[in-house]
Amino acid sequence: MVTVDDRERRTKYDARGLSEPHANVPKVSDIEEGRASFDATGLSTREINLELRWLLYEEGIGDVTVRNPAAKHSIAVGILRRCNLRIEGSLGYFGLGLIDGPEVVVTGRVGWSVCENMMSGVVVIEKNAGSLTGAAIRGGDLVITGSVGARTGVDQKGGTILIGGDAGAMTAFMMQRGHQIICGDAGPGLGDSMYDGTIYVAGKVKSLGIDCVEGEWNDADTEFIDRKFSIYGLEKPNSFQKFVCGKQLYNYDSLEPHERKLVI
Amino acid sequence: MCGIAGIIHRDGSADIGNEMTRMLQSMKHRGPDSTGYALFGPPTDLIVIRFKLADSNDRRDFEFKERLERHRLEVESRLNKIGATIDRVESETQYAYRARVRYEGDIKSLTDYLEDIPGCEVLSLGHSLEIIKDLGDAAEVCEQYNLDGFEGTHGIGHVRMATESDVDISGAHPYWAYPFSDVAVVHNGQLTNYFRWKRRLEHSGHRFQSECDSEIIAVYLAEKMADGRSLEDAMNDSLDDLDGVFTYMAVTENSLGMAKDEMAAKPLVLYESDDLVAMASEEIAIRAILDREIDTRDPYEKQVLVWSR
Repeated sequence: MVTVDDRERRTKYDARGLSEPHANVPKVSDIEEGRASFDATGLSTREINLELRWLLYEEGIGDVTVRNPAAKHSIAVGILRRCNLRIEGSLGYFGLGLIDGPEVVVTGRVGWSVCENMMSGVVVIEKNAGSLTGAAIRGGDLVITGSVGARTGVDQKGGTILIGGDAGAMTAFMMQRGHQIICGDAGPGLGDSMYDGTIYVAGKVKSLGIDCVEGEWNDADTEFIDRKFSIYGLEKPNSFQKFVCGKQLYNYDSLEPHERKLVI
Repeated sequence: MCGIAGIIHRDGSADIGNEMTRMLQSMKHRGPDSTGYALFGPPTDLIVIRFKLADSNDRRDFEFKERLERHRLEVESRLNKIGATIDRVESETQYAYRARVRYEGDIKSLTDYLEDIPGCEVLSLGHSLEIIKDLGDAAEVCEQYNLDGFEGTHGIGHVRMATESDVDISGAHPYWAYPFSDVAVVHNGQLTNYFRWKRRLEHSGHRFQSECDSEIIAVYLAEKMADGRSLEDAMNDSLDDLDGVFTYMAVTENSLGMAKDEMAAKPLVLYESDDLVAMASEEIAIRAILDREIDTRDPYEKQVLVWSR
């Protein structure tokens, strides 16, 4: 029997650049009454994700806890079913990307690009998040109790991003739809080049981006904010400012190409 | 995409050689080309000069060894001529050397005199600063230069993915802030107005050893500090003067600082406690030396932070 030392466990790549092509499902979880949990210490990124997929898709378990992911990148990406996921520890970059359906709680911090392109579901992060949080999300709720870095919700196409702390530069850059609620301060260039959507800020805004203007508050806004804060049990600031697109950059050609020909 | 890391112990010293290696090795995927360290050992009244006489990927041509030996003797004789008393000259590789000398005179003239020897480049100079850089990942460089067990208080490191200049030791970070003793810089990003600054700084008498844009930052800070600005003020000035995307770290004899551009385009994760400050491009690097859940945050755009021992 050959003993496997650390050197042999190093990441291997196949011809397509896929890492660890021959990794096996470690099957180290404790499964009890439809709930599973496992310790990620010592497992590689691919092994953690294989274990998760095995539990969620093959064993049909809908409640999984991952302990100690130790800030590894690309954990729990592409989970496309309703389930409860609890991550006890911090995640690195690209965590929880491309998910559709899960309800996730992360007790630690997350790095850049968490929940990128999330389709639906709920993600609650109990500490800070890096830049590009919720980039291009299309639906669901993303709640960050702490502060976030720059460019939160860049290219956001739906859903709600709720931030308990401050947000950095270029928040909601090129936002197209959906809502952002920022309880703290927002950095320079808020809502730069946004197409649509709504941003609520409770703190100070360093500066507004191009074509982002203050919006008119109405009852629907109050109802929306109250509803979101009551769901997540966060402390609600006394007042919010609302920001929307000024629509000055709208410069679309309303004619189809063949119609244009006729006009010209 | 390079990776940078920095650490400062506020309560005494630790094995920073080993700590930096673990941090940099965990970020190997960010830059496999070369790895560099700027480490601060216990200060002495001697000056430590780290210099190289050839690059590690230079062709090993006929009489390569003899030429290096000749140049090393020339370094020693020039050190004697300029009034420096040599304590020790040692080498861990064929081409990189570490000299400890007693010297009271002008650092710039000493450096210029040494660098006049063909192939000679002073990598660092100072009472406690030592810059070690070479091709390969952190584990290789650490083994090559025996960095395990390097006791010190603070340091920075860099893993490089070369974008702006060649893969060689001259293009590797950290950069010593010539001719300012005990100052070094690592940088992650691209500077877009570096030709303009290079020309301007060359006019005021500074030398550049590489084509790498990052060297500008070191020399820029050195010039500002020579004018009497503090490290923090100089770093704040650089945010307005330098164009491009960057996160960089600078170290001096007693402090460690970081600066981020106005777009916050390049990552940095910061962990702060009473006895230790650690920061890196990825949290995974900080977790390589702290085996527990920690609270970390990202510094914001246009932010300059400096910690002192």
